[in-house]
Amino acid sequence: MQKRYRYAMILLKQLVITDFKLRYQGSVLGYAWSLLRPLLLFVILYLVFVKGLKIGGSIPNFPIYLLLGIVMWNFFSEMTSQSLSSIVSRGDLIRKIRIPRWIIVLSSSISALINLGLNLLVVLVFMLITHVDFMKTGIFFPIILLEIYIFALGVSLFLAAAFVKYRDVEYIWEVITQAFFYLTPIIYPLSVITDQTLQKILLLNPMAQAMQDARSILVTKETITMAEVYGTANARLISLAIVVTFFLVGLVYFKRKAKYFAENI
Amino acid sequence: MQDNVAIKVSNASKLFKLPHERHTSIKSAVLNFYKRKKTYELQKALKGINLEIKKGEFFGIVGRNGSGKSTLLKLLAEIYSPDTGAIQINGKLTPFIELGVGFNPELTGRENVYLNGALLGFSQKEMEAMYQDIVDFAEIERFMDQKLKNYSSGMQVRLAFSIAIRAQSDILLIDEVLAVGDAAFQRKCFSYFEELKKNKKTVVIVSHDMNAIERFCTRAALISKGNLDFVGSPEQVSKLYKKQNASDIKLSDNTDTIDTGAKITKLSILGSQKNEFTLKEIICLEFNITTEKPIKVAPGINITRDDGQFIVGLTCHAQVKPKITEAGINTVFTISFPARQFIRGTYSVDGVVYDSTDPQPVFYKPSMASFTITEDEQSWGVFNLDCEWKRKD
Repeated sequence: MQKRYRYAMILLKQLVITDFKLRYQGSVLGYAWSLLRPLLLFVILYLVFVKGLKIGGSIPNFPIYLLLGIVMWNFFSEMTSQSLSSIVSRGDLIRKIRIPRWIIVLSSSISALINLGLNLLVVLVFMLITHVDFMKTGIFFPIILLEIYIFALGVSLFLAAAFVKYRDVEYIWEVITQAFFYLTPIIYPLSVITDQTLQKILLLNPMAQAMQDARSILVTKETITMAEVYGTANARLISLAIVVTFFLVGLVYFKRKAKYFAENI
Repeated sequence: MQDNVAIKVSNASKLFKLPHERHTSIKSAVLNFYKRKKTYELQKALKGINLEIKKGEFFGIVGRNGSGKSTLLKLLAEIYSPDTGAIQINGKLTPFIELGVGFNPELTGRENVYLNGALLGFSQKEMEAMYQDIVDFAEIERFMDQKLKNYSSGMQVRLAFSIAIRAQSDILLIDEVLAVGDAAFQRKCFSYFEELKKNKKTVVIVSHDMNAIERFCTRAALISKGNLDFVGSPEQVSKLYKKQNASDIKLSDNTDTIDTGAKITKLSILGSQKNEFTLKEIICLEFNITTEKPIKVAPGINITRDDGQFIVGLTCHAQVKPKITEAGINTVFTISFPARQFIRGTYSVDGVVYDSTDPQPVFYKPSMASFTITEDEQSWGVFNLDCEWKRKD
């Protein structure tokens, strides 16, 4: 058992290194793109939504508020879309070598985590530049990250296994991700929506809940969180239940299908 | 499982669903579910295999293309899981069945060494310790910092091989490793096999190369159409495999039969019960020919070795005077020749009938008879030179 674990860890490390080496191959700026990309995307969204459409005027530190949301969302969408094709694109390994299949999904999730780390650095730099007050509640941020990681991992496992058999999943997921980009309060503050029932429904999305909580503990207290809308801090348990359900369903589905990856790819 | 058993396969079978039109889209899956139509064929790749491989054995798996031997190897490697039955492995198994799996053309040779090492279970540190040995063995020192896609295929194989032999496993599974590489590489492979044998490793090898099977294996199995036909000594398996190949050639060639006016009703080999001959014997073939119209019957033969090598073709023209045979009459011809002219092996005989000197045969049927030469005189090639050696003292 311990040997298997050691093998998995060695392999995981090399796969992540390979992923990282290959990602920006042939580009002049190389790894710098990991930082440049979110930065430039942020500049565009900032110009469009803050300067152009003047959304979020009443919220303090809205640019950081916006940036944090984008970074968290990018992590989720990047991790799920990369993991989705991870099993199929590593078909050569799966058909010829006996390796733990979950390692492959895990390695692309870790690549996404590394990117998240770099992006959060950008957020930190902006927080320093714009003199956002650091709040003590910020120490809970890692818990929120853990929550969205587990949520994304469950979704990723499910998608990666389903994609082996049904290649439509890729396109369907693209559409779903796009839809949720707008259904999650990323580029608009939740206060734009006045109907409280609608707010309640939108916050059932763990990404929305996590994002609002992260903003409220890091950027500004003037964020509508799940606890506020539902009137009780226990509301987060609903979110937690959803995350755990997604994770377990993804894991069980993946485990059931993993035996047949080699012959189905 | 007993302690001295390395691999135990009990009643393992594997089914593949071969879709007629691979439904990789949800639409077709939904449609097919709705119509309740089976759009796949079930292929039984392996049918209830039972096999036990002991520790320290060098075990060969032999079979024609599509017989299921690679599927069996993948079951042993736990890449596929069996539909029924079970596979028990006692010891550490190499995860590889082929060379160079997991090589990434976009990475340099050096990076690939570490990646491949990780697939074998070596940490970065462990790989660093053996890196120089690997490079030296592969003889590609100055290419290590180039991308793998710029390597020749020979260089890639050498690199893959020198990593693969570092594997610290008790049981090795090897699929067609000898099919790649030049003579020098094969020699390296062979000396590696010798070493494995010396170190009492358990090795399961799949190969078409009967010489290698006979040379290294302590036991072998013949698989055909998903069944384990025979398990026994490598020599026996090799013989059976060659026979199977020869009989399959017969079947496939049957379409070329010509039949216009005359027929060899029987072509039999005289003088031996099992059509097996030693070097001292004489091989005699007897033709029974009937004609449908009056022609000058002249039989001939083509002799082909079991690996497809054409040996000789001849007719009776030079030795038998032509004579008209009336319709419906049965004529008997014989031809005899010494067995020592052949190299050890199995040969098949095509029957031919000509109408006197017309170059187009009136009858042709491939593989009407076959014979085997069981001894050899330490010669190789196509035929055995009828010769005499002397030393002048």
